Amino acid sequence: MSKALEIRWHGRGGQGAKTAALLLADVTFNTGKYIQGFPEYGPERMGAPITAYNRISDEPIRVHSNIYYPDYVVVVDETLLESVDVTKGLKKDGAIVINSTRDKEELRPLLKGYEGRIYTIDARKVSIAALGKYFPNTPMLAAIVKVCGIMPEDKFLAEMEASFKHKFASKPEVVAGNMKALTMALEEVR
Amino acid sequence: MSIRERLSGNEAVSIAIRQINPDVFPAFPITPSTEIPQYFSSYVANGLVDTIFIPVESEHSSMSAAIGAEAAGARSLTATSSCGLAFMWEELYIAASDRLPLALALVCRALSGPININCDHSDAMGARDAGWIQIFAEDNQEAYDNFVQAYRIAEHPSVRLPIMVCQDGFITSHAVQNIELLEDDKVKNFVGQYEPEHYMLKKSEPMAVGAYGTPAFYMEAKKAQLTALQNAKQVALDVAKEFAAISGREYGLFEEYKTEDADFIMVIIGSAAGTAKDAVDALREKGVKAGVLKIRLFRPFPAEEIAAAIKNAKVVACMDRTESFNGHNGPLGADVRTALFDVEKAPKVLNYVYGLGGRDVTVESLTSVFEDMQTVAETGELGETYRYLSVRE
Repeated sequence: MSKALEIRWHGRGGQGAKTAALLLADVTFNTGKYIQGFPEYGPERMGAPITAYNRISDEPIRVHSNIYYPDYVVVVDETLLESVDVTKGLKKDGAIVINSTRDKEELRPLLKGYEGRIYTIDARKVSIAALGKYFPNTPMLAAIVKVCGIMPEDKFLAEMEASFKHKFASKPEVVAGNMKALTMALEEVR
Repeated sequence: MSIRERLSGNEAVSIAIRQINPDVFPAFPITPSTEIPQYFSSYVANGLVDTIFIPVESEHSSMSAAIGAEAAGARSLTATSSCGLAFMWEELYIAASDRLPLALALVCRALSGPININCDHSDAMGARDAGWIQIFAEDNQEAYDNFVQAYRIAEHPSVRLPIMVCQDGFITSHAVQNIELLEDDKVKNFVGQYEPEHYMLKKSEPMAVGAYGTPAFYMEAKKAQLTALQNAKQVALDVAKEFAAISGREYGLFEEYKTEDADFIMVIIGSAAGTAKDAVDALREKGVKAGVLKIRLFRPFPAEEIAAAIKNAKVVACMDRTESFNGHNGPLGADVRTALFDVEKAPKVLNYVYGLGGRDVTVESLTSVFEDMQTVAETGELGETYRYLSVRE
């Protein structure tokens, strides 16, 4: 049986939720885990709600279904709280991480009776400060890594730096900004 | 030492193709094709392979060009998905009847309509009578391993038939998961150089390919094709043994997961087999003797071997990820039932249609099939034998 840690991402097409799920798969793979990272595919357009998933485990993963009872949920766009049942199946002892400027107690009434832990981060503020542009997925990635405690923060940052250097080999100037977004996000999530 | 990686199924197959470095790869590289020609074309552009990549205007042309190249004596392949395979239809039969051992990387997806891009097996299953070898994968690892073994099976002198290497659309093709790759030289040595005995560019032996088969010869040609296809069973086993020696991973005609003492066996193809194994483990903990038989080689169909593996079960459930509109059986259900027909005290057989057009397949939904099998065993009543799983009424 699968004893994997299961994470569900909710975002809108174009915000990079799928990329963030694949980056989380990458970074946890690098710590020796078995991983899955996959989006739910459909006729996606910019701005349409999308879902992506991660499984992270010490054992090989055989199950190939979507995730219905996640340990953690990441909401990349808080306007989805109105249209998508983001806490559906979310385990009580898990947590939800929401990209929002609002206080967590202000958000709780929107979560359809969810009783577990809520974390927030203002990913827009972090992204604008670090990158000068709004890319919410990088801060959200750091936030979920911190909240689920899947790996030590220094290890996470070291792995991500290596990964960014590889990914942005042709434009190394963006590595520092992305690293800043990660370190800021690790502090800002609460 | 193998290489620990994390890749999507599409990336994994592209890497296998790069390692093989085939001669000619014609492809229609836009929808409904897959990322496989896209990744591969970057290897071509970066000089990692010396394959001739031919972008063509349709799948009918990509298969035609692969046939032409293979007939000329070049190791060829193409890749497609869904209605792209449907558009290759007549060429599929030509590749097989001309005995051309080319490869097709197929990412299995639904056929329209309603318009749908997601996983099911209706494309591959529709092509099951075309005379190709069809081999299926549960995950990215098996998609990679099957592709590495594909040419060795197809090109074997006793076979010489095209091979369709199938994986599940999106579920494995686009999901990133752990994988163990082999080193480039290991794959190259394993697959070897293509040295066809007969080919059109052989100066010393002028020949025609695709000649007219009059009524005096047509049936003999078909019978010879069948013999060659049946030979692929033993060759697939021999190649798998050699592959195990370089990879440590063992393959057969099918995989038996806890079937030996099983009362209830699910026969299934593709990614859902992994999910079924999780269901089996949970049922085993409750004392239910459940098992899974996962098909690897679907054409040729290993009928006797499958019958021997499942004949002692009480109930068998065959899982078809396609609707063949037979109204009584899906393709897998029909083949398994036929295989069991002459077995004394054969198990009862249920046949399910599941996962069409990307309908999600879960541990819970597959567990419900095992529960249905238990009910049949307890009551002795088979009920409707052709059922739909996870469908709204």
